[in-house]
Amino acid sequence: MKSTTQSILRNGTGWLLPALIVLAWEIAARTGLISPNVMAAPSAVAEAFWRLLLSGELVRNIGVSTARALSGFVIGGSIGLIFGLANGLSGLSRNLTDTTLQMVRNIPHLALIPLVILWFGIDEEAKLFLVALGVFFPIYVNTLLGIQSVDPQLVEMGRVYGMSRTTLFFRVILPGALPAIFVGLRYALGIMWLTLIVAETIAASSGLGYMAMQAREFLLIDVVVLSILIYALLGKLADSFARLLERLTLQWHPAFQTA
Amino acid sequence: MAVIALDQKAKPARPAKETAEARALRETPPGQWFPYAAPQPRERDNRDIAFSFRGISRKFGDKTVLDNIDLDVPAGQFIAVIGKSGCGKSTLLRLLTGLDKPTSGTLTVNKGAQGENRTRIMFQEPRLLPWAKIAKNVEVGLTGIAKGAEAREKSLAILNEVGLADRAEEWPSVLSGGQRQRVALARALVAHPYILALDEPLGALDALTRIEMQHLLESIWQQQTFTAVLVTHDVAEAVALADRVIVIDHGRIALDLDIPLERPRRHGSPDLARLEGKILDTLFGENK
Repeated sequence: MKSTTQSILRNGTGWLLPALIVLAWEIAARTGLISPNVMAAPSAVAEAFWRLLLSGELVRNIGVSTARALSGFVIGGSIGLIFGLANGLSGLSRNLTDTTLQMVRNIPHLALIPLVILWFGIDEEAKLFLVALGVFFPIYVNTLLGIQSVDPQLVEMGRVYGMSRTTLFFRVILPGALPAIFVGLRYALGIMWLTLIVAETIAASSGLGYMAMQAREFLLIDVVVLSILIYALLGKLADSFARLLERLTLQWHPAFQTA
Repeated sequence: MAVIALDQKAKPARPAKETAEARALRETPPGQWFPYAAPQPRERDNRDIAFSFRGISRKFGDKTVLDNIDLDVPAGQFIAVIGKSGCGKSTLLRLLTGLDKPTSGTLTVNKGAQGENRTRIMFQEPRLLPWAKIAKNVEVGLTGIAKGAEAREKSLAILNEVGLADRAEEWPSVLSGGQRQRVALARALVAHPYILALDEPLGALDALTRIEMQHLLESIWQQQTFTAVLVTHDVAEAVALADRVIVIDHGRIALDLDIPLERPRRHGSPDLARLEGKILDTLFGENK
């Protein structure tokens, strides 16, 4: 009984500050401290939320954006994981591709937007390409790092005990690299939303970013604020999901053991 | 068993149904079948050789780490290898366990019936997989030998022997240093190795845990008949545990000393002290 209240308190404290900010913001808007042309009051945002929810526009746009984000993530993430694993395990593969990948990595992927629009127009491919590209590098770099930092003493131990290459990979190398891969995963999730927002704001005919841009045209500031808040929530959701995965797979790690 | 060895040429009519064990014995050359099935008594008059070094040298560039080493170790012997750091004693173990290859010379190591590697090594660090529960870590020792329920059963049995049966479902990170090293010992022994190479496995433990581990090691060695090769820099430990002590100096065997004392040996007894003094004299010259 006591422990449940304690856990509610612990989880609740993180939400205390956002709640206070919203409250202060509402008061400031009501008293006219913030002009409605600059910032919509939370109540107005809530109203906009309700309106768009009823019209079905919100759900459709969130659906479109999430589908784009996830498919781009899956494509870029798996390519990054494959390259990271290959380059971590094989010196030949690393010598062949790592220099090139490191060069491409230093190009800000959003700088490719003009080129991408020329190539793909404003269709789905453009967004998928950008998200996949953005997600690729954190996953790649961290997977590679994770594999390279696996304790060589454990690898030697595995060899002495006669593990085959496959067994060695699944029992020793992959679990050892997993914490670093998760760091890459969480980083990539952040980049995934960022890229998608930018891409949708510049070149799209649906999605959350498009909804925000349309609202700007018509000076619907409440809808603009609403889209930003939804981005924040979706980002938090993705991060929580990654943490849940981490918790499930890294139970052995002292940092994840509940005392 | 000796009868079977003598009958190699004659090959009498075999019984209609042969057990797998008998077949393995028949197909294994006599020099290799210790200790196949049943534990054998410690006092044997015709001892098999567990491994032998013949003119083994190992050079790293210009530096000669091991210089023309000749060494025969009978099966079941507890041999300790002592030397100052950098004298080549760890290299000797790495050669024995196949982690390294000699520059010249021949090395014969007793293999299993199917030619499988029956040599195990215990490192200075436990080297447990942090992401595997204790029992799973012990099962690593059965890689390619047993799987599933059988592996599980064997690992629990050996954990029981090292006194950690109740910790089977815990993560290595919650164990103490001594307990982790006991898990590593269990992992090395679970497949009943012919030879157990110990690379200063007690070096990182505190003095009391160390004595406890020495007793455990000795009692398990007395139960299971494996050949133990203990590399250590602790002369007292070597004399307390081993049947025979080898001192390596500048890549050569400087002293090969039998320790004919009865077990269990008491720490600090005058006989141990005398032998210890003799070894230290070899290591540091006899200047008084």
